[in-house]
Amino acid sequence: MSHMEQPSERPGDGIDPRGPNVPHFARLFAIWLLATAIVEPVLYFLVWPHIPPGTMTDAARGAQFDALVLTMTAAPVVIAVLEYYLYAMIVWHQKKGEPPEDGPPIWGHVGIQAGWIAITSAIVMGAFVFGTYELINTSGAGGGEGPSPIWTPAATKNMLTVQVIGQQWLWTYRYPQFGGFETPDLILPNHTKIAFHVTSLDVIHDFWAYQLGVKADANPNVDNVAFATTNETGRFTVRCDELCGIWHGAMYNYGYIVSPTAFYKWATSTEKKLAPLTKTLPKFAWTYNPSANGAGGGYYPSTDPFYEVYKYEYGSSGREGNLPAVHIKSFGWKPSQAGAHHVRER
Amino acid sequence: MTATTMELGAGTTGYRPTATRLAHPWFSLNVITAFLGAAAGYGIGHWIGNYIASNYAVVQSTGQNNVAVVLALFFGVLGFIVGIGGLNYPILKMFGYQPEERAPVEDWTKYFRFSTDHKVVGKQYLVGVIGMFFIGGLFAMAIRTELTNPTTHFFAPDIYLQIVSEHGTIMMMMATSLVVGPLGNFLIPLMIGSRRMAFPRLEAISFWIFLCGLMVILTALPLGGFDTGWTGYAPLQTEAAPGMDAYLVGFGTIGTGMILNGFNQIVTIVNYRAPGMRWSRLPIFVWSMLATSFLLTLATPVLFVAGWFGVLDRTAQTAFYVNTHGGSSYLWENLFWFFGHPEVYIMAIPGFGLVGEMLPVFTRKPLFAYRVGAAGMFGVALLSFFVWQHHLFVSGINPDMRPVFMLTTELISIPTGFIYLIGMGTLWRAKIRFTVPMMFCLAMYFNFLIGGITGVYNSDVPVDVTIHGSFFVMAHFHYTIMGGLLFAFFGAVYYYTPLLTGKMLNNTLAKIHFWWMFIAFNFTFFPLFIVGFLGMPRRVFEYAPRLQVLNDWASASAYMLGMSFLVFAVNFVWSVWVDPKPAPANPWQSLGLEWQLPAYKMPWYNFERLPIILSDPYHYGEREALPVAHLQGVLALAGAGAGGGLAPVGAVGPDPGPEISPPRGEAEREDPRPE
Amino acid sequence: MPKAGRLALAVFIFALAFGLGVWGVAAYLRIQPPNVNFTSGHRRGQPVDLTVQTVGSYGHGVHADWVSYLVKGPNGHWVHSTQWELPAHTRINVTVYQYDTGSPLRNQVWGLIRGTGGHSALLNGRRVRLLNSNVGNGVAHTFSVPALGVSVPLWGIAGNAPHQCAAAPCSLRFTHNVIKFSFYTTHPGQFRWQCFVPCAAGYLNGNGGPMDTLGYMAGFLKVI
Repeated sequence: MSHMEQPSERPGDGIDPRGPNVPHFARLFAIWLLATAIVEPVLYFLVWPHIPPGTMTDAARGAQFDALVLTMTAAPVVIAVLEYYLYAMIVWHQKKGEPPEDGPPIWGHVGIQAGWIAITSAIVMGAFVFGTYELINTSGAGGGEGPSPIWTPAATKNMLTVQVIGQQWLWTYRYPQFGGFETPDLILPNHTKIAFHVTSLDVIHDFWAYQLGVKADANPNVDNVAFATTNETGRFTVRCDELCGIWHGAMYNYGYIVSPTAFYKWATSTEKKLAPLTKTLPKFAWTYNPSANGAGGGYYPSTDPFYEVYKYEYGSSGREGNLPAVHIKSFGWKPSQAGAHHVRER
Repeated sequence: MTATTMELGAGTTGYRPTATRLAHPWFSLNVITAFLGAAAGYGIGHWIGNYIASNYAVVQSTGQNNVAVVLALFFGVLGFIVGIGGLNYPILKMFGYQPEERAPVEDWTKYFRFSTDHKVVGKQYLVGVIGMFFIGGLFAMAIRTELTNPTTHFFAPDIYLQIVSEHGTIMMMMATSLVVGPLGNFLIPLMIGSRRMAFPRLEAISFWIFLCGLMVILTALPLGGFDTGWTGYAPLQTEAAPGMDAYLVGFGTIGTGMILNGFNQIVTIVNYRAPGMRWSRLPIFVWSMLATSFLLTLATPVLFVAGWFGVLDRTAQTAFYVNTHGGSSYLWENLFWFFGHPEVYIMAIPGFGLVGEMLPVFTRKPLFAYRVGAAGMFGVALLSFFVWQHHLFVSGINPDMRPVFMLTTELISIPTGFIYLIGMGTLWRAKIRFTVPMMFCLAMYFNFLIGGITGVYNSDVPVDVTIHGSFFVMAHFHYTIMGGLLFAFFGAVYYYTPLLTGKMLNNTLAKIHFWWMFIAFNFTFFPLFIVGFLGMPRRVFEYAPRLQVLNDWASASAYMLGMSFLVFAVNFVWSVWVDPKPAPANPWQSLGLEWQLPAYKMPWYNFERLPIILSDPYHYGEREALPVAHLQGVLALAGAGAGGGLAPVGAVGPDPGPEISPPRGEAEREDPRPE
Repeated sequence: MPKAGRLALAVFIFALAFGLGVWGVAAYLRIQPPNVNFTSGHRRGQPVDLTVQTVGSYGHGVHADWVSYLVKGPNGHWVHSTQWELPAHTRINVTVYQYDTGSPLRNQVWGLIRGTGGHSALLNGRRVRLLNSNVGNGVAHTFSVPALGVSVPLWGIAGNAPHQCAAAPCSLRFTHNVIKFSFYTTHPGQFRWQCFVPCAAGYLNGNGGPMDTLGYMAGFLKVI
């Protein structure tokens, strides 16, 4: 079959308003250019500031900027396609009252096909390069990077480590730089790099701090790390974003970004207040296995050899001794007073 | 002489073996015996399970015997298949008998039997998928009812999750077979000029297995439901109620049907093409079926294995998916999505194929860049095996995998774009006829544009961090699957009903259905993009009060969307059964081979003579074009047919009429029964 | 079949399907534990007394082996329900009769008593603020309302205690602990409450079954 456009042999095509001599392409292009010229500034100036998730952290700001770039790239494509379909429906349809006839037998057009492939490939590669740059540039863009993140913030000296523990059905948070106290409240200092270490005690949850632009799955026995640097004080929402059972929909709480001074005051006083509770908690670790402590519900028989294998990870609580020291990762980890010192300086 | 006046059916009488008349319909195997078999199998399985496991410690402390449930469901399915007669052939062979080949029963009871006529199976599938779609749709109505209020609840939260899970699972199962089942099985042999599918018994059994899958999934509700959603993530899966066993067995069951169906279609398309049906002449719909069938055959076994591991975890207390016992919760995620993402394209490519098939008919132009379109479908199919980890961008996978899967995911939009290339090229200077199927095609392009573009947002990791697992994703895949596949499917139902049944659907009701469905669909799902972007996770029963207006809008639109399908149901039942209006032969003036003979009058072996294919079916606007095929087959070439010599007998020209003059009785017939 | 017959049959099948749908919703999907009302006759400012019991096995029906909460209704009868209607902005005095054996918590953080009057509770008459579930009998259940910040661990009875109750409702002659505490309801709304102890014996993590089912270890405080 021929892939070149074959000129119609019908007489009178020259004067047919739908015939080949009408500059359809020029018309389409002009309309497209005009529409794009209107839409793009609107997106840039009016829509950008309102794109979720806002600007509370650098990760959120990055996601917002990325969404803008994608929207501004997509808009001309959407305009072109919709415009073309509308144009075709208006101009190239069988008129009522006219005898039904067929269209010109056009089987293909090498130039158009090649051009189409070239343009879509260019857009796609552009999106890929930009997305990858943004992913690396914002240290993983607030997404969970797994236990060994490769894109970390440049200076990790003054980073606050927050361990996020998912359990059916509530989040609790441990602050290892403040004696490892654990609380259902999430308070963060402003203008600080935060490393969220997300783990779970039972099933898969997903830690979604919406306004922070942070999302990381909580898998049992897995330490999933996500980074963000706080920019603004205020309230943010934490929701569970992976179906985890009956109360998944109710598994949310609010966190607050406060001034570093207020944070330090809160953290040190809470550390002191919760000291008796902290003593009963397992020693701080990146993951926990409560089943090894006899809290597994008895699904697996107690003769399961894996209880022994994983036992070391749990508990300074009196049942188990001889715990190996927790491996402390280089970034973000400082003994509690040093970390506090940094916060106090601000 | 038109097709309405000819009586192809008369030719079949002579072939009907008397043996089928001996067995009265009610006493031979049919759907009633199948249900009896299922009940017996369920009981036997349950008894065996109790015998094995009732003294297990976990069974005694929970009162929940997963072994019994799994075995009951498995034997129930087996009993159903035996009861319908699906295993007669292999069982007889096993005991050394040579099973007698019989022509399928011809009266109305054939629809309730194990029929090896691909046209019957296609219609069975059609009713099956539409019924399944309606059941799943009712669950969707329930979901939207619960979400009308952010804090007051219509359903209990555990029941709500069961509803969500049932909706998702039923719809996914339905959508995998939505086109491949009814239209694939019905049309492929007619389009490629074959007398049957390659494996008629596998084809028939795939339908009954599909039906079993639906029933197994529905048994989850009385078994206590499952609360994992259709993705069934472990270890929540391992914790869940006995309904979870129905999910695992149900997916295994329907997966078996999908594998068999896909395998059958691949072999049929490759080996059963009529003489002259070169690859370059294959209708684009058949290309889409081929691509889809490869996905069905290659991706589904992974799900099967994943489900089997899940069953072992829940019955034999293995720990495939339990991290703290040496397993991995990522194992399920990876296995599931390694199936799950090709699955997404199992639900998209058939829609592309249908639209590509209908566009030339209603634009009266050849399909633009046919080869690019076929290549696009195979490109999508191939790439779909390399994108699954984009579902796990924030799960804690190896972080440098993320750019890789971002790339593959974005690459897949290039071959997907080919579908727009062929669509837009075909529309160029066309003579569009705004029939109802054409309107569905154009709507599909509109919806899939939104679905596809938002898919790029999901593929971009920084943006995905916000929208992963939110209503944005939910709206995205409803736009691609419902907006894409389902719109194409309904267009095809309006397009092919005259071929399937010989009846014309009411055009006014059809137009009402289209506009109602199109507007309500967009009103329902477009706001949900915004809801997701504003921070609402999927599958929640409570949400922020600031999102209530948008949610209520979506709920109200969803009810409208649900009601639009009632228009279709009324139209379909009324026009096909209650007050049938005979359809003209080839009402759309299509050049496709399937339209050149009235399929609803065809004998079960389709063609009296194997047709000889002369060209592809897209030669619109070419006055000198050859017909698509010689329907007299070799007789025409030999000059023995009534039409005489090489005279074209297919539809020709700008205003083609179905000029068919099949030879009958002149020459000695060959035995048309499958070997 | 004549046209009228076909129409009648079609309408009948439609009606049957519709009826099945309605029946399904009503008979199965809408089933919930009953609401137990503590608001009628309540005078503003007066505290409400709430008496509940937790049992190791409910002892009836299809889930006879499951642990469960029960509540004493305003008429003095024990009701198997976890949906309690309470007045807003009111002090609720809770008495729990706890009949179940204990285990360690999956997360010791729930050993701390939060959100109650005095940040404490009375366990068999003794004031406690923190329970270490790793020693002694362990904790049998918790009563936790996350949105109100309330969480109270309920100390377990000894595993080898005599007179263990096997079927609800349990009378006081069985071995039990008494826990008393009080908290305040806030604005109207539906607040979920749950247990954080892995008490669903035989389920992975002790978290399936009764923990995942309304009416056993999960419920709503419906504040009106």
